[in-house]
Amino acid sequence: MDSILQPWPWYVSGPLIASVLFLLVYFGKTFGMSSNLRTLCALGGAGKFADFFKFDWKAQRWNLIVVMGAIIGGFIAVRFLSDHSVIALSPETVSDLGALGFQNAGTSLMPAEIYGLEAVLNTKGLSILIIAGFLVGFGTRYAGGCTSGHAITGLSNLQWPSLIAVIGFFIGGLLMTHFLLPLIF
Amino acid sequence: MKFVKFLLVGIFFGIVLVKSEAVSWYRIFEMFKFQSFHMYGIIGSAVMLGAFGIWAMKKIKLKNTEGRRIHLPPKDRGFVRYIVGGTIFGLGWALAGACPGPMYILVGTGVTSMLIVIGAAVLGTFTYGLLKDKLPH
Repeated sequence: MDSILQPWPWYVSGPLIASVLFLLVYFGKTFGMSSNLRTLCALGGAGKFADFFKFDWKAQRWNLIVVMGAIIGGFIAVRFLSDHSVIALSPETVSDLGALGFQNAGTSLMPAEIYGLEAVLNTKGLSILIIAGFLVGFGTRYAGGCTSGHAITGLSNLQWPSLIAVIGFFIGGLLMTHFLLPLIF
Repeated sequence: MKFVKFLLVGIFFGIVLVKSEAVSWYRIFEMFKFQSFHMYGIIGSAVMLGAFGIWAMKKIKLKNTEGRRIHLPPKDRGFVRYIVGGTIFGLGWALAGACPGPMYILVGTGVTSMLIVIGAAVLGTFTYGLLKDKLPH
């Protein structure tokens, strides 16, 4: 039981993520979480504004159910399957974060400096969340997939477009982490 | 009833991503700083096993639960959309510290402010839908 409550090592987690891919493919679907953002647009009536959202969203209901499950899974994991241990980040990461003004790195899943109530309630903090979300939502649809669709599914299916997209993910991520985060924080 | 299996897969996915810490902003930061093998191990082992599994499922001509051969829809050809769209996604991923899957999962872990990020992501997807025909692909 202890080993379930403790954080799971990469060599357990990675293969389990692959099994999520296998199950969805076996059920005749694919593994792509960002598609749900498009489905939510269609649900909200976006088809009136762009043909991109005129599709049979009911055929995508299964994926919204996966999302519902994922939310429940997140709840179960922290509520019942966690010993709330500090994330074992590398010491360099902790000290780099300290230099940027992030205290208590790893004591929670997300930094209070970005996701805490105090941060969210000021203009800068709120802008950060909105800009970050917008970039993810815009970029993932432009690229035709996210981490699950391109990095896991696409690479597993040996697709060139997915490799190009993943290279893009890294260009953007490296720019943000190394050059922009120090300017923002 | 046919949706129960998807609910269970989702629950399993949510638990795995929390327990692996892959949903953590800190782990994403650490990954882009190349300061730990953790995230590379997760993604690398998932892709290696994934590639083998998909190959094997095709090789033995496995039929899915709908009675059809295993098939993953290929992505359209192109370059600009993947590199530019990917870069835009990466900027957001490293700032939010969460990609679409983890965004939903984190709501379940109690990170309520993630709903703002999800709302903005829906808006971003909507904006792409409006501009789609004007963008290079």
